Amino acid sequence: MFPEVIASLNNGFLKTLELFCCTLLGALPLGLVVAFGSMSRFSPLRYLVKAIVWVVRGTPLMLQLIVIYYGPGLLFHYNFWGTGNSSRFIAVLVAFILNYACYFSEIYRGGIQSIPKGQYEAGQVLGMTRTQIFSRIVLKQVIKRILPPMSNEIITLVKDTSLARVIAVYEIIWAGEAFIKSAGLIWPLFFTGLYYLLFSGVLTLLFGYLEKRLSYFRS
Amino acid sequence: MPVLEVENIHKHYGKTAVLRGIGFSLEKGEVLSVIGSSGSGKTTLLRCLNFLETPEMGVIRVNGETLFDAADRTTQSEAVIRERRLHFGLVFQQFNLFPQYTVKKNVTLAKTLLAHEMLKKNGSFEGATTMREATAAIDAQAESLLRKVGMEGKSGSYPCELSGGQQQRVAIARALALSPDILCFDEPTSALDPELTGEVLKVIRGLKSKDSTMIVVTHEMAFAENVSDKVLFMADGVIEEAGTPAEVFGNPQSEKTKAFLRKEQF
Repeated sequence: MFPEVIASLNNGFLKTLELFCCTLLGALPLGLVVAFGSMSRFSPLRYLVKAIVWVVRGTPLMLQLIVIYYGPGLLFHYNFWGTGNSSRFIAVLVAFILNYACYFSEIYRGGIQSIPKGQYEAGQVLGMTRTQIFSRIVLKQVIKRILPPMSNEIITLVKDTSLARVIAVYEIIWAGEAFIKSAGLIWPLFFTGLYYLLFSGVLTLLFGYLEKRLSYFRS
Repeated sequence: MPVLEVENIHKHYGKTAVLRGIGFSLEKGEVLSVIGSSGSGKTTLLRCLNFLETPEMGVIRVNGETLFDAADRTTQSEAVIRERRLHFGLVFQQFNLFPQYTVKKNVTLAKTLLAHEMLKKNGSFEGATTMREATAAIDAQAESLLRKVGMEGKSGSYPCELSGGQQQRVAIARALALSPDILCFDEPTSALDPELTGEVLKVIRGLKSKDSTMIVVTHEMAFAENVSDKVLFMADGVIEEAGTPAEVFGNPQSEKTKAFLRKEQF
């Protein structure tokens, strides 16, 4: 039985990994856009973005998944997600990216606003453009400052992927749970914890390494 | 022709008038010290000269060219200002070195970016026609500037490995790298321990030459008296007294100047 369980859990974990990576690919850059929106000098945009962040951070991710997947169908009698596994995966991905982009945006905003004004001014008096100041001077200092909170959030994402199950997207918890019904086995479900532990362990090491790589300077 | 002419600069923050009609001129090679109590507008004046603040009124001319005129909006666009900033250099009280770059990269960064841009636009930069030539020239210049400020052995160090005085000397080299017409110092030693101010003041004194024009906002009265060619005493946003160090320190006319100098002696 053991090899069979492992094969099934590996399969589930691949799906978990896919959801995790795709969410990061979307949410890391989108978070920056949201962060700039929430710092915009154009106040209607700023308030709109802040309202969206408030809603997204103020409601459970599980509820957001359900609303995003079922909402359009119930409201407009048209399910634009389509049917089938891949359409549900897309809906989950959209919800995750939106949710995590909002959390990331606040971390980015905190990081960007913590850089002393003097760094911008030093760049300005040396004739650098706004873009150059951001990319050459500010960015790396921001990355250094946001690494610890980002690692926190990203490790939370690893475990949040299990929420995908509420709209029937296959992942590792599902794979483990399936053995309860099919074979009366409970240990495969417990065993999934090891996968999470191992994966978040790898991420912890990775972030530790990145922090060390940036420890050569103080800002 | 004066290298710098400043006319009737006014700057308000909300209802507070910080500068109320500042005007002076500076000849090439002169060192101007600006003294006065905290809140008299000295730093704001330097920030206006470096376009970090926009005055509501006034004109700034360098070598006869109007760089800023509050009445003329065309002198205030972002792109225009960026180019004009290069006429001025600014050394900050808090150094503001870029912490993630080595001493040398701090000095070369802005000029390298500028060379890149100019080569793309005009095909040449200070006689160089390729990035490789430009980089070699910029590197050589950085080495010589670091020697000038006594930091030649530290070009590979990071700012966090340096003392405050060393950081400030690197900041001076960084400001010099773009060969500004006028180099401004905003209380360059105020953030330093007393034993470190000497080395920085010595470097600034060493920069004095017939080609380098400098404006130094300072609380170091001895430095202002011994090094500068002109002294401005500011109080409440106006120039209370101006003249040679001998005039301002030796024979002050205004009561405010006298009171300030008496206080500074203790």
